[in-house]
Amino acid sequence: MSELTDLYQEVVLDHGKRPRNYGPLPGETQRAEGLNPLCGDHLLIHVRQAGGRVEEIRFEGSGCAISKASASVMTGVVKGRTAAEIDQLFERFHRLVTEGARPEDQEALGKLAVFAGVHDYPTRVKCASLAWHALREALRGGGAPVSTE
Amino acid sequence: MTTHALEQPQAPARPAARREPAVEAYDVERIRAEFPILSQRIHGHPLVYLDNAATTQKPRAVIDAVRRYYEEDNANVHRGVHLLSERATRAYEGARVKVARFLGAADPREVIFVRGTTEGINLVAQTFGRQRVGAGDEVLVTALEHHSNIVPWQLLCQEKGATLRVVPITDAGDLDLDALDALLGPRTRLLAVAQVSNALGTVNPVAELVARAHARGVTVLVDGAQGAPHLGFDVQASGADFYAFSGHKLYGPTGIGVLWGRRELLEAMPPWQGGGDMILSVTFEKTTFNDLPYKLEAGTPHISGAVGLGAALDWVAGVGLEAVAAHERALVARAVDALGQVPGIRLVGTPRERAGALSFLLGDVHPHDVGTVLDRQGVAVRAGHHCAQPLMKRYGVAATVRASFAAYNTAAEIEALVRGLHKVREVFG
Repeated sequence: MSELTDLYQEVVLDHGKRPRNYGPLPGETQRAEGLNPLCGDHLLIHVRQAGGRVEEIRFEGSGCAISKASASVMTGVVKGRTAAEIDQLFERFHRLVTEGARPEDQEALGKLAVFAGVHDYPTRVKCASLAWHALREALRGGGAPVSTE
Repeated sequence: MTTHALEQPQAPARPAARREPAVEAYDVERIRAEFPILSQRIHGHPLVYLDNAATTQKPRAVIDAVRRYYEEDNANVHRGVHLLSERATRAYEGARVKVARFLGAADPREVIFVRGTTEGINLVAQTFGRQRVGAGDEVLVTALEHHSNIVPWQLLCQEKGATLRVVPITDAGDLDLDALDALLGPRTRLLAVAQVSNALGTVNPVAELVARAHARGVTVLVDGAQGAPHLGFDVQASGADFYAFSGHKLYGPTGIGVLWGRRELLEAMPPWQGGGDMILSVTFEKTTFNDLPYKLEAGTPHISGAVGLGAALDWVAGVGLEAVAAHERALVARAVDALGQVPGIRLVGTPRERAGALSFLLGDVHPHDVGTVLDRQGVAVRAGHHCAQPLMKRYGVAATVRASFAAYNTAAEIEALVRGLHKVREVFG
């Protein structure tokens, strides 16, 4: 049986409590909302794109430790990437939180690897994915709220 | 084709267990032994099931009744000339009589089987509501309601150009009765109110609400989803016009519930869904509708569900609803005290009278995280908005943790909850 500390690793707890890149983003070019109807989590992702890459990204909102930590870590790792690169990274991330860690993905995932424990908690996969769904919606230029349902 | 199994309605006797206090001591261990699911371990810990407001577990008697029905009596109801159909019909209609007795209804024909509380409320909104609510009229709900007692009325009001108005609550989580009086106006057509709040556990003074509404000529629907399991309901003493509850929150199967309505109201309502069983005769020019209750039960009903619900009501009557209620009251009081000892706990809502459930927050830890840590200790609670987002907004929170109790919960399980909450504090420092 997995331990609670596999899910709530120190890094996750730290990002959940003191999220990085938190707040509004002056000069944003895109934004999208993420809603998790299961628990009422609500994130707003602000993006400033330049030259086809994410130049700056911030987020706001309320949520559980997992959704906030995921948004916080995500905003750190996607800077400088294109939408296509972010889609690829999300695919690996989604595999990580649904199936667990795979050696071949570790390098690409980098800091995101701290969410490996989520796969033992199927009800929390949506929390970990919420920020990603909102970001990808923002990059598609949608702006409509995305829901995990 | 349709046999009228209810042509001779029986005047139901009230079960003795409801009138007399339990004389025997409440033997919770014996009760637990009747629930097969409770003996398992979850993540290596004994299961502590405190999510009863979502659904209750089922006693052996209910599981067996459903199995026996399928193994011995299964057939379609109201149409076969063969013995199995007769037995199935008797079992299904027998369950209706048990429900009528549970509710103190004058006539089993006032008992309509539906999928659950939600369907019962939607049925009233789309029949009575469509008939009686017009442009400029008002429908009253309260700030305590579950989404299922808000959204059907919102849809109706949108369709009709009517207005949905909301009876506010106090900070403690009790209805503001002065505000109710002010809101009951000449255009108010219906008051839809929960008997017990699913999120806070508030017990509403239903008879008082009905009296105030009736004084203004306003029809009252009571959502009994959380009330029926803990308090039962007496449709005659309360004076209510409609009452809906769900079988699965009352130790019965999922997918079966009840809408009770006063006969003259049900008679005046148009049919809801069209199909078999709800008609007397059909030509392509005209259909003559069946009598109550069949007019409102189109299609083959959930026969095994009704049988299971009947068994659940028998089970509750056997233990004694008063005895269960007293046991649950003691548990809720104990839980309020025990949680008060945990640093950082804040109860959401402190109503004058509470049944079955309590909501709380632990420091700034998100309820979802509290729920996950508790689950790993074997403690099942609900974490979320409890399908009552307007109520969450009223308290300025996105979600709460809810512990809710049933006949089989114990004081030791409250201790397990408290230990689990200390573990949450440890993880989140």
